[in-house]
Amino acid sequence: MRLTWGRVLAWAVLWFFVLATVLPFYWMLRTALSDNHALAAQSFSLLPADLTLGPFERVFGLATPEEALAEGGSGASLDFWLYLRNSLVVATAVTVGQVLFSSMAAYAFARLRWPGRDAWFAVFLGALLVPPIFTSLPNFLTVKSLGLLNTLPGIMLPSLFMTPFAIFFMRQFFLGIPREIDEAAMIDGAKPWRIFFRIVLPISAAPVTTLGILTFVTTWNDYFWPLLVGQTEQSKVLTVALGVFRSQTPQGAPDWAGLMAASLVAALPVMVLYAVFGRRVINSIGFSGIK
Amino acid sequence: MSTAAVARRPRSQLGPALVMIAPAALGFLVFYLYPTLRGAYLSLTEYNVLGSPVFVGLRNYVDMVQDDVFWNAVRVTLLYVVLNIGFQTVLAVGLAVLMHRLTKSVLIRGSLLLPYLIANVVVALLWYWMLDYSIGIVNAVIDAVGLPQVAFFGDETWTVATIAGVNTWRHLGYTALLVFAGLQMIPASVYEAAAVDGAGEWRTFWRITLPLLRPVLVLVLVITVTGAFQVFDTVAVTTGGGPGNASRVLQLYIYEQAFARGHFGYASAMSVVLFLILAGAAFAQMRLLRAGESDLT
Repeated sequence: MRLTWGRVLAWAVLWFFVLATVLPFYWMLRTALSDNHALAAQSFSLLPADLTLGPFERVFGLATPEEALAEGGSGASLDFWLYLRNSLVVATAVTVGQVLFSSMAAYAFARLRWPGRDAWFAVFLGALLVPPIFTSLPNFLTVKSLGLLNTLPGIMLPSLFMTPFAIFFMRQFFLGIPREIDEAAMIDGAKPWRIFFRIVLPISAAPVTTLGILTFVTTWNDYFWPLLVGQTEQSKVLTVALGVFRSQTPQGAPDWAGLMAASLVAALPVMVLYAVFGRRVINSIGFSGIK
Repeated sequence: MSTAAVARRPRSQLGPALVMIAPAALGFLVFYLYPTLRGAYLSLTEYNVLGSPVFVGLRNYVDMVQDDVFWNAVRVTLLYVVLNIGFQTVLAVGLAVLMHRLTKSVLIRGSLLLPYLIANVVVALLWYWMLDYSIGIVNAVIDAVGLPQVAFFGDETWTVATIAGVNTWRHLGYTALLVFAGLQMIPASVYEAAAVDGAGEWRTFWRITLPLLRPVLVLVLVITVTGAFQVFDTVAVTTGGGPGNASRVLQLYIYEQAFARGHFGYASAMSVVLFLILAGAAFAQMRLLRAGESDLT
């Protein structure tokens, strides 16, 4: 390719966007390693202001109240480990349940013969049109009457069994598996149940992993639903805890360093997943797996 | 029965099928279908969660028409959608075309997608800090070049645009990747023909790329517009709807009516309206932009 001024300019614009996307994350890290009191005076410095691990110690409750106050923390204790554990439990359970149950249903919709199959699939898919806010209010009432308000199962339940997207995504893949594979097993007398777990699921490892990652990230990041049903200390997930972390800072300047350290911890599991499975996630964004 | 007979005659597998869809069907009935019907019914009632719903007909809808805060929420939400979708779509198309013409680098695509995978709450807090009036980096730069500082979240004239900008930052890479996937479906031969005819990059973009991208763009718009109408997280953790009602978007107002004021019926009625707005917007976009037809024939 010829190197023209137009191409140089195009590359410059592209890199501008890449930097504008990545640099704020550096700023989060830089702030999280700063002394909160020093931030104001060194607002321009590209390096952490008075480098310290204090903000992370505050987040994980390793700093004494005196130490926290000295570096501009609130001194209030936050049980970050608990929120982290809650987020992990909820996201893991939802991922396993949703991927398994949606795959089972997708298999029945893609490969088994039964009356009304396509009509039912259309009805399931119709749920895509209903915005989450619309179902959230009545679902709150359902969870409340099940006595599961402010519990982790209450947070998990609505997305534990299926989402229309998950069923659609897996069905697309199952439709593409050659007929011979499961029909051969069927002629040998294997039951659909057995065929699904022994043959179909193992050869579907790739889409199952992709769906699993997408489900985990979505659940991990969710804020609205856990805000409705997980308000107590015991049932708070990370996003909800972060939302109130800001309002907990007393009068005066907020503990920006602590807030950024907490945000970084909340974002870290997703970043690690992305670093490992990045290519898979990127390739899933197209028009087969439109989300 | 011989194996040949099984292979020839398709037998219904209703039994196993029912077992396999049972968990998903339970989830669908209890957490999708039932709440959809119940939500529609609740919108016709007065209900404060404690007692039982009292049927009031269309009164919630009549109240809504007379509720200034509701109309304000509709205006604020529309302004947000227009700004967010406007910035985002133009930038995403530009970015996708740049990637398409310059590079297949997974690293570049991966970096651009990163903000989309990070929680709204985290993204909101990050920008809340960077755009802080007194010590945020953005205002430090603005101050250094001699301009007056801006209260991005605190000033009524800026707050919606700021929130729209923050979410543009979060969704830009994702939207660009969707458009990029669409660009890859345009056959290379079309571009070769254009090059043979001596069309420059600019002309090629307007005459070939954009028209051929139209069906994909409509899908992208329907997805992003639907999401934008339901903006909540970013507003809830930054401004909380303020200053005044300047950023009180529809979903935040619904949330407050239901959970802070105990007006569950009224909140349900407003979510019915939001649902109708979404359906209407999606339908209008499909029609106006002729989503079903392709120019590639």
